[in-house]
Amino acid sequence: MTSSKSNTLSRSRNDLVLVWSLRGCAALVGAIVVLIVVFLVMESLPALQHIGLARFFTDASWHPAEGLYNLAPMLWGTLFALAGSVLIATPLGILSAMFCHYYAPPRVARYYRRLIELLAGIPSVVYGFWGLVVLVPLIGSLHPPGTSLLAGIAILTIMILPTIALMADASFANVPPHYLRGAHALGLSRWGMIRGVVFPAAKSGLLTGVILATGRAIGETMAVLMVCGNVVQTPANLFEPMRTLTANIALEMAYALGDHRAALFVSGLVLMALIVVLVMAAERVSQEHVYG
Amino acid sequence: MKRLWMGLLLTTLALTACSKSGEEVQGKLVLTGSSTVAPLAAEIGKRFESLHPGVRVDVQSGGSSRGITDARQGLADIGMVSRALKADEQDLQAFSIAQDGVTMIVHKNNPVSALSDAQVIAIYTGKITNWKEVGGNDAPITVINKAEGRSTLELFLHYFKLENKNVKASVVIGENEQGIKTVVGNPAAIAYVSIGTAEYGTTQGVSIKLLPIGGVAASVETVRNGSFPLSRSLNLVTKTTPQGLTKKFIDFARAQDVHDIVKEQYFVPITQ
Repeated sequence: MTSSKSNTLSRSRNDLVLVWSLRGCAALVGAIVVLIVVFLVMESLPALQHIGLARFFTDASWHPAEGLYNLAPMLWGTLFALAGSVLIATPLGILSAMFCHYYAPPRVARYYRRLIELLAGIPSVVYGFWGLVVLVPLIGSLHPPGTSLLAGIAILTIMILPTIALMADASFANVPPHYLRGAHALGLSRWGMIRGVVFPAAKSGLLTGVILATGRAIGETMAVLMVCGNVVQTPANLFEPMRTLTANIALEMAYALGDHRAALFVSGLVLMALIVVLVMAAERVSQEHVYG
Repeated sequence: MKRLWMGLLLTTLALTACSKSGEEVQGKLVLTGSSTVAPLAAEIGKRFESLHPGVRVDVQSGGSSRGITDARQGLADIGMVSRALKADEQDLQAFSIAQDGVTMIVHKNNPVSALSDAQVIAIYTGKITNWKEVGGNDAPITVINKAEGRSTLELFLHYFKLENKNVKASVVIGENEQGIKTVVGNPAAIAYVSIGTAEYGTTQGVSIKLLPIGGVAASVETVRNGSFPLSRSLNLVTKTTPQGLTKKFIDFARAQDVHDIVKEQYFVPITQ
């Protein structure tokens, strides 16, 4: 950062090339997002025109073959699975990073960090398969059928845990060392230092981790599809099966035609809207609490 | 749009290749459609390619509905459909290449060894919810249904005269293999899957049991002799009477030479 600053004073040709290629890259990345949204809207237009947006939330059920298109149960399913997994994974992830950074002996911390990184690298379909053959029968023996909201929350928690833990670890590492030395000098206990100094300083990094994890939890498809049971209903308790919006698209896309296909794009659009709302909320929270 | 152009291009290629009326055929065939037929068509395609080095056979799955639309719009030379043509699809020509049956499966340790059609209907509509009502253990039944649009689902609903919205499922699955895995993991589950896949599973020692339907045992044998009621034919469909390369491929896929491939995939070869 500081070294490049002196270069910007003397604008050479190289700088111009760099600036323009960077602008090009930025424009390309921005354009991809815009194009995807435009595509989603265009593909869902037939359904929005024939069926109307309101019916996606007021129809009796989701039976596209019979002309019924209620997405609301799947929206609730997505939100429940999301809320459950983020609520469990956030404290677990942050506490494990705290252990790794401030309490664990250095040797243990090093191996522990590798282990978490490994966990982050496991493909989601592997989690799903494990969930289907191990977790689901286990839950099923408690409360049949086993494929349930609970299984979905458990799988998602395991999947997003490393994202939160690694981001928390990185943001702890970014806390300036003189803060910590100052805290020591004041005679604060380790926990007092973490609570009073590290957390406020690392807040924005922790929040970013949670947002990234939330994004991954919303978008996850394969693992959730394998363990959630995919019955279209608003789950009344943790042991009932449910279907998420992403699983709905993956299950039916290959076989959908006409309005059914367009309705699946509406599912995609609803997911997109959900993410926009989350990002906006996160932005608000970060402005209010981190810098305020 | 892009796919349309590709399709047109490929069809023209295939047509120009065929018009060269030589001994050796050349060109490219595009097959799209049913995910049940696709693996079979791909294997047959490989053998066809090895016999005719100038030919490329491109197989893409995407469901029977896609097979119908692609064949109709000319996006594919041949569509793959895992059911008989419907009344509004009679503009297409269908050529059966194999038979497949759909069977009810339960866990191997489930004491129930047969269910009547009425019992299956009652289970799938939520009127019977415990195995003890049909002579099994005291355990709630886990009903496994297929996702909307699958041809296995269509065949199942059609045979039992059910409507999907009346089915009270506890689990909805996509692929056959997912259904088998779910039944293996849940001794109180019932599902319906392709007989080929199920019978292959039992030969591999998977803990499932195939239930007879209407008193007829579910096996490749009963599907072959036509006595198994819940069966379907796997078809190749074309828009017009096949000619040239397309005809050659369809004839090949129906010939005795590929019966070993059909059996390998646990389908039942047609008898001509």
